[in-house]
Amino acid sequence: MAQKILLKDIDVPGIETFDVFRKQGGYSAVEKVLKTMSPEDVVEEVKKSGLRGRGGAGFPTGMKWSFLAKPEGVPRYLVCNADESEPGTFKDRYLMTKLPHVLIEGMIVASYALGANTSYIYVRGEMMPQIRILEKAIAEAKAAGFLGENILGSGYDLEIYVQPGGGAYICGEETALLESLEGKRGNPRIKPPFPAIAGLYGCPTVVNNVESIAATSWIVLNGGDEYAKIGIGRSTGTKLISASGNINKPGVYEIELGLPVEEFIYSDEYCGGIANGKRLKAVVAGGSSVPILPANLILRTVNGEPRLMSYESLADGGFASGTMLGSGGFIVMDEDACIVRNTWNFSRFYHHESCGQCSPCREGTGWMEKILHRIEYGHGKMSDIDLLWDVQRKIEGNTICPLGDAAAWPVASAIRHFRDEFEWHVNEPKAAMEGNYGLAHYADPLPVPAAPSELVK
Amino acid sequence: MSEKFKVTIDNIVIEVDPGTTILNAARMIGGDIVPPAMCYYTKLQGSGGKCRTCLVKVSQGSEKDPRPMPKLVASCRTTVMDGMVVQNITSPEVIEARKGVVEILLINHPLDCPVCDQAGECHLQDLSFEHGAEQTRYEFKRRTFERIDIGDKIQLHMNRCILCYRCVFTADQITNERVHGVLNRGDASEISTYITKAVDNDFSGNMIDVCPVGALTDKTFRFKNRVWFTKPVDAHCECDKCSGKVTLWYKGEDVIRVTGRKDQYGEVQDFICNTCRFDKKKTSDWTIEKPTEIDPRSVISANHYEMEHMLPVIDKKIM
Ligand SMILES: Cc1cc2nc3c(=O)[nH]c(=O)nc-3n(C[C@H](O)[C@H](O)[C@H](O)COP(=O)(O)O)c2cc1C
Ligand code: SF4
Ligand code: SF4
Ligand code: FES
Repeated sequence: MAQKILLKDIDVPGIETFDVFRKQGGYSAVEKVLKTMSPEDVVEEVKKSGLRGRGGAGFPTGMKWSFLAKPEGVPRYLVCNADESEPGTFKDRYLMTKLPHVLIEGMIVASYALGANTSYIYVRGEMMPQIRILEKAIAEAKAAGFLGENILGSGYDLEIYVQPGGGAYICGEETALLESLEGKRGNPRIKPPFPAIAGLYGCPTVVNNVESIAATSWIVLNGGDEYAKIGIGRSTGTKLISASGNINKPGVYEIELGLPVEEFIYSDEYCGGIANGKRLKAVVAGGSSVPILPANLILRTVNGEPRLMSYESLADGGFASGTMLGSGGFIVMDEDACIVRNTWNFSRFYHHESCGQCSPCREGTGWMEKILHRIEYGHGKMSDIDLLWDVQRKIEGNTICPLGDAAAWPVASAIRHFRDEFEWHVNEPKAAMEGNYGLAHYADPLPVPAAPSELVK
Repeated sequence: MSEKFKVTIDNIVIEVDPGTTILNAARMIGGDIVPPAMCYYTKLQGSGGKCRTCLVKVSQGSEKDPRPMPKLVASCRTTVMDGMVVQNITSPEVIEARKGVVEILLINHPLDCPVCDQAGECHLQDLSFEHGAEQTRYEFKRRTFERIDIGDKIQLHMNRCILCYRCVFTADQITNERVHGVLNRGDASEISTYITKAVDNDFSGNMIDVCPVGALTDKTFRFKNRVWFTKPVDAHCECDKCSGKVTLWYKGEDVIRVTGRKDQYGEVQDFICNTCRFDKKKTSDWTIEKPTEIDPRSVISANHYEMEHMLPVIDKKIM
C-alpha cells in the first residue's frame, strides 16, 4: 500500500468531527508550530518539502510563500481556493466533505507561516453542503481554542471565514477569485501586480489550493525532508487524483507521485481497469484544460519509457506528445468514446465560462464551439478542421488569464492526435451520427524513434 | 536629473521615465510603430489590457535580464525596463496575432457602417482597414441585441460594442454614482445600466466620446450627417462645470454636434459636461478658436482642408 497523507484517516468513523479528528492526532501540527516554530521555520520546512501547488499550475508552494511582501502595518491574507470547477476534478470537494479538519488545520499552519490574521476559504457556490461542513468545523476548532484570539496562549490571532462563490468557473482563477471575494464582478486582474504584492483589498495575499494547504500540516509534523522522500524527482509527496470516465472504480485516490499511469488505470488498488471489458482509447490526465492523449501516448512516452503520474513525466514530449498533471482530474475514455463530441463538450464549457473581458477568449471560444458542433452534427467541412486549428492558435497565449489557453489546448490536442477522427466526421457524416470511430489505431504501440531529433512534431 | 530608461521599439531608441508603458513610449516616438489601442485610455485609470490589439513582442526583457518574454504582451499595460527591446511592426508574429484579434473582434460585429454614426471616426473601421482580411471565415449567426436608450441623449447599440470597458470606467470614475457596468459573461456580456435606467449625471455624455466604435452615440446627432461632411472647429466657453474646451462640428452654419477635443489617438484632452455637449448648439454660445487639427489621412479631412500641395493646373490645350 502506498503512503497516505491526506486521506490517512478517511475510514475512521466520525473523523469529520473535531473530537475524533483530535483523538487521531489532529491539530498537533498547530500545537507544534505555535509552540516551537517561527513563521520562517514553517516556510522553510514547506520549501524543503518540494510541495507544488495542487490547483493546476504546480508552482512550488514554499517559494510562493517566501515571495509574499511584508510591508509594515499592512495586513496579509491567506485565501484558500476551494472553487474547484474544472470538469473532471472533484478532489477538493471530497476532502472538504470527509476531512474538513485536515483543511482547517492546514489553514492555521499556513496562516501562521504567512503572518495572516484573517484567512478566507472561497468555496464554489454550488457546494452548499461543504460550506456548512466547513463552518461547523471552524466553529468546533474555535470552541476548542484553535482559532480566535491568542491561540493556545501563543499570542497569535486568527479568524477563518468561508465565502461562497457565485458559481463561475473563472472565479477559480486566483485574481478573479480575489475580485469576487471583494464583492466585485469576477474578472481576472491583469498581472503584474501579483497577489503576493497586491492581492485582496490591495494587500499582500497568498492564494493556495485546498490540497496544497491541507498537505502543510503533515509537512511541519514530519519535516519537509520526509515529504520530499515520497514521490519522484521534483514531483514530491502525494497527490489526490479524481478518476472518472469508463473505469471500474471511479473515485478520488491518493497516490504517491511517480506511480506508473498503467498501474493507476489497471490495478485494483486504483481505477481497476476499463469498465465492461472495453479497451482504452484516450485519457485527459489533469482536468479538462490539459491536452488529451491517445492510449499509446498516455501509457508510454515517445521514447518508449513508461509514463508516470508526475509533473515531469506527464509533460514529457511537450505539446507534441505530452500533457500535464494539472489539477489531477483523470478522465478515461474507452473505445466507444467520440473524441469530436468530447472536444465539443469541453469547448462548450469554456465558451460558457469565459468572463468575456478579452477579445480572443470572449469571441474565439464561441467560434470554436460552433465549428465543433457543426462537425459533430454532420455539417462540417474539411476546411473547418484547419480553421479550428487556426482559431485556437489565435487564442492561445494572447489572453489575460490562462482560461484562453485552457480553452485552446483541448482543441489543439484533439486535432493533433485524432485528426483522422475529425476527418471521418466530415467525410462520413451519416456513419458518424449513427456509430463511432472506435479505437482505430490509437492504442497501437509507438515506434520508438531512433534519435531525439526526430521527435520534433 | 531623474533616471531614464532606454527602450528600443522597432529598432528606434528612446529614453523614457521609469513607469512608462511600452505603448506610451511608442507614442512618444510616433508614426507607424505605435500599436493600435482599442481599450486603453490615458485618462481612465485601470483601462487597457482587454482588447489585445496592442500586443507586442518583447525580445529582450531588460539590460539586466535579457531574456525575451515568453508571450506577446499588452503594450498598454506593460511598463518598460531599462534596455528593453520591443518589436511591433517588425515582428511577423505580432502582425499575425493582431490580424487574429481584428478578425475575432469582427466576427460578431454587425458591419453596419453605412448606417452607423461613428463611420469615419471609428477605430474599429481603421483597424480593420489596416489589419483585417477581406472576407470573414465566420459562418454563423451574429450575436444581436436590442438597441437601448440610456437616458434621452445617449443610445446604446450593443451589437457594435467591443467590450473595451472604457464607458464603464468613465461611468465609474467621472460620474459620482456607479449605475453602469457589464452584465452577464463571455460573449453574452453586455454593457448596461442596471435595467435600462438612465445614467443621470452631468458628465455621462463622455461615455460617447470614449467609445471607440458606434456602440454609444449621441442621440442629438443621430443620423444628422456623416462626419466627413462636417467641419470640426475648436471652441471654448465659460463653463462652471467643466473646462469648456470643445470641438464643434459644423454643417454649413449649424453646430450639429459638440464633443470633447480628441488627440491623434482619439483620446479627449478634457472631459466636458452635458450642458456643453447637448445644450449649447448655437455659434453664439461659443468663442471660436481655429479649425480642429485632424490627421490629413482621416476621411474627415477629405472635404474641407486645403491640400498641402495644390495639384498643378493642367493646361488642357497641350493635351
Ligand atoms: C480558469 C481557471 C480556473 C481555476 N480554477 C481553480 C480552482 O478551481 N481551484 C484551484 O485551486 N485553482 C484554480 N486555478 C488556479 C489558480 O489560479 C491558482 O493558480 C491556484 O489556486 C494556486 O494555488 P496552488 O499554488 O496551491 O495550486 C484556476 C486557474 C484558472 C486559470
Ligand atoms: S482569457 Fe477569457 S476568462 Fe481570462 S480574462 Fe480573458 S476573457 Fe476572461
Ligand atoms: S459601449 Fe463602447 S465604450 Fe462601452 S464597452 Fe462597448 S465599445 Fe467600449
Ligand atoms: S489597448 Fe492594450 S489591450 Fe487594448
